[in-house]
Amino acid sequence: MKRRSALKQLTAVSLLAMSGFTAQSFAAEDTIKVGILHSLSGTMAISETSLKDVALMTIDEINAKGGVNGKKLEAVIVDPASNWPLFAEKARQLIDKDKVSVVFGCWTSVSRKSVLPVFKELNSLLFYPVQYEGEELEKNVFYTGAAPNQQAIPAVEYLMSEDGGGAKRFVLLGTDYVYPRTTNKILREFLHSKGVKDSDIDEVYTPFGHSDYQTIVANIKKFSTGGKTAVISTINGDSNVPFYKELGNAGLKATDVPVVAFSVGEEELRGVDTKPLVGHLAAWNYFESIKNPVNADFVAKWKAYAKAKNLPNYATAVTNDPMEATYVGMYMWKQAVEQAKSTDTDKVIAAMGGQKFAAPDGFTIEMDKTNHHLHKPVFIGEIQADGQFNTVWKSKGPIRAQPWSPFIKGNEGKQGL
Amino acid sequence: MAVIYPFLTRLLCAALLVLPAYACNATELVDRAVLSGLASDNNNDKIEAITALGQLSNPGAAAILAALGEGKVLVAADGTVLVSVAAGKALNPATGETVTSPADAQTVNMNNRLRRALQAAQASAELFSPVAATRLAAAVKLQKEADASRTPVIERALTQEKDPQIVLALNIALASSAIKSSDAAVRTKAVIALGESKNPAFKQVLVEILAKDASGGFAEPSAEVRLAAKKSLEQIEDHQTIVSWVGNLFYGLSLGSVLLLAALGLAITFGLMGIINMAHGELLMIGAYATYLVQSFFKQYLPGAMDWYVVAALPFAFVITALVGMLLERTVIRWLYGRPLETLLATWGISLILMQTVRSIFGAQNVEVSNPSWMNGGITVLGNLSLSYNRLVIIGFALCVVVIVWLVLNYTRLGLFVRAITQNRRMADCVGVPTGRVDMLAFGLGSGIAGLAGVALSQLSNVGPDLGRGYIVDSFMVVVLGGVGQLAGTVVAAMGLGALNKFIEPFWGAVIAKIAILLFIVLFVQKRPQGLFAPKGRSAE
Repeated sequence: MKRRSALKQLTAVSLLAMSGFTAQSFAAEDTIKVGILHSLSGTMAISETSLKDVALMTIDEINAKGGVNGKKLEAVIVDPASNWPLFAEKARQLIDKDKVSVVFGCWTSVSRKSVLPVFKELNSLLFYPVQYEGEELEKNVFYTGAAPNQQAIPAVEYLMSEDGGGAKRFVLLGTDYVYPRTTNKILREFLHSKGVKDSDIDEVYTPFGHSDYQTIVANIKKFSTGGKTAVISTINGDSNVPFYKELGNAGLKATDVPVVAFSVGEEELRGVDTKPLVGHLAAWNYFESIKNPVNADFVAKWKAYAKAKNLPNYATAVTNDPMEATYVGMYMWKQAVEQAKSTDTDKVIAAMGGQKFAAPDGFTIEMDKTNHHLHKPVFIGEIQADGQFNTVWKSKGPIRAQPWSPFIKGNEGKQGL
Repeated sequence: MAVIYPFLTRLLCAALLVLPAYACNATELVDRAVLSGLASDNNNDKIEAITALGQLSNPGAAAILAALGEGKVLVAADGTVLVSVAAGKALNPATGETVTSPADAQTVNMNNRLRRALQAAQASAELFSPVAATRLAAAVKLQKEADASRTPVIERALTQEKDPQIVLALNIALASSAIKSSDAAVRTKAVIALGESKNPAFKQVLVEILAKDASGGFAEPSAEVRLAAKKSLEQIEDHQTIVSWVGNLFYGLSLGSVLLLAALGLAITFGLMGIINMAHGELLMIGAYATYLVQSFFKQYLPGAMDWYVVAALPFAFVITALVGMLLERTVIRWLYGRPLETLLATWGISLILMQTVRSIFGAQNVEVSNPSWMNGGITVLGNLSLSYNRLVIIGFALCVVVIVWLVLNYTRLGLFVRAITQNRRMADCVGVPTGRVDMLAFGLGSGIAGLAGVALSQLSNVGPDLGRGYIVDSFMVVVLGGVGQLAGTVVAAMGLGALNKFIEPFWGAVIAKIAILLFIVLFVQKRPQGLFAPKGRSAE
């Protein structure tokens, strides 16, 4: 008998040692573990690194105020290295080995799709902070970024309005993967519903990392001779720079052919010479330039944090929409855990619906009671020479998300879980 | 006219820069009633005010318009419109007084629609400028904004204008609004003028003239006008076909020169020395980061010479990457000569290390490398084909680098040794060629050229740790297609691939073009594994 229990102890110790690669797993019992699943290397590091940092800042802030349910939060950081299958592996490691209560992570839709089965199987919780194409609703995921009707549709409506230039023809330009394809499918249906003919819509895709936009810009120029044209760009992050550069060099100004982008934010503009971009548009649910006390506080905190932690290029640190979504998501999760008095996945999910939080976007936004998406305000901004956005249009208040777009056939009646 | 257009724009910009200075001295007052529209929240009111300001021939009004474009017009809480002249100081254009700007004053927000109105308003004012270049630029701007309300202004300008070029431009501007005239003769004249402009921007107007309405009759009642419109349309379309062919050729050349630059270093390290260097892309990246460092240095210490930092970056990037390359060769690669698979793995590992090192030093975000002002914009040829300066510069630069590499390989002692070692390493060793040192120098030369390419790439796309990833496959493609060991092959292959890509892209799109190119290379290499230009004779073994 004694021998057997000794054996058991040994196994336990060796198991512990095996999982000991993450030093955090030895930590004391009175903490709640929070997983952070963002690429810190590879192509997506440009966008995701700051989300990791803002999550850490929020955790510090919550801990400084006494933690959650009297327990301190403890971050477990893993690096899925922009490698989609690795996302699933790392997610499993976080949930199974590190026993985290919740995971904040993912950027690209393909990484989210890759981790979904893991979260379902192990019944854990993921907070996804980036605008995406919709057409998805999972019990284990809370989407704190925008659905298409909270970003893409209002942007196109603005372009068609008198103030937006009254565009009649549209170039839908994107990188060739799931987000642009789905968004453009929705937009094409939406444009049809507004009476725009197929001959006035030009859908163009480029491979990932495309950097030679000469032909595409020449075609846009040609296309724009047929009437007032606007470009709706779902080009992935940093391919935007060569595109805008080419546009500027070809003499197409924002006053002639405005470009509205859904993936260009303050963070992406940091590494960019913004002169050729001035006047082009972006649609988001948050801009750093929004003036209200909550945002002023949020921006100041982030700048101080970046400086204190000596992050690279901290002097030019900026906030952006997915960072705000991470921040809001974490606070809402905290509120839900406090309300449920437990970190149990099902109890937290039940408590999440209806959570309210005074967000930096200037509104007290609410987590929808049924569809796991936030009600978000929409802002359309013009890029300024300093890399910030000048808001030219905003929605009257937060808009409820429609993850299942009514512009895709077969979605009728698919709302909520 | 077309070719000098960019210079005119520059002149115009210079003229605009002078404007604020003289705004301070402007004593001419502007009526408060005209200004009040600017304070309105409604953009329609603002546009009305802007248009009204453009029609006043008053230097004070022109100054307000210029200030609007710069975001210097303020509206105080009581609706007074002020022009900010210095920090905390503002001019009241209605009274001519300079006051302290009130703390609660808001900048008048501009958007694209207001900016368009502003451009047109400024252009109608500039039609009467004493500088011919300014007048021409203004007339060209007005061609874009067909609006009958500007007809009287243009007509007034026409009566005073002597310069035939400007008269032509004004007539076209007039034609785009005269097309809606009720007199058929006027319409015919307008249609002919539009055709002569060869400007595709007017294609739509002509198409509308020829269109049939719902009942099957023509929208345009006069057959004469329709005939003229048809001719004009053909004229414009013919011109457009020429433009798109010339355009494709230029785009192909420019893509080819980028490929050539990226592949040239590899043509030496892989082509001549036979080293499968997977870290080649990272050498490009280091060259680009070297450019960034030089730019930062110039920003800090030589802000006056900012326009020439790229030139200074060339030798710096060359030296840095050559040193990195030689270090790699001495420490890792030379132990692996003759073992291509191990070289491939080792250099792949090095590429990862280099990327992560750069990421740790400079951060994962891209760094900002801006084009010097002389590389911004482009020249317009054939009416509406714009060739951008940065592309032109890079085509020229690629040619220079090829010539230099060719000279080094064929007319220097190092080149002689490199060629000797390529042909027969052991024999070269026997006759006293210091093979180890030559290997190091040749690898350094190849790496240095990759660094030069990095400088060029930094002017076209993002500078980030992943920059090299996008070019490594293309570089190998070019070298293999061209024929290993052949400089001429690399040049032909790069230009050929560039042109092929750009002639396919307009028809099938960028994604298919890329796939088609890869497919073409697979088939080509099946048929001709030695590439376009195969080495002949004994050295072929």
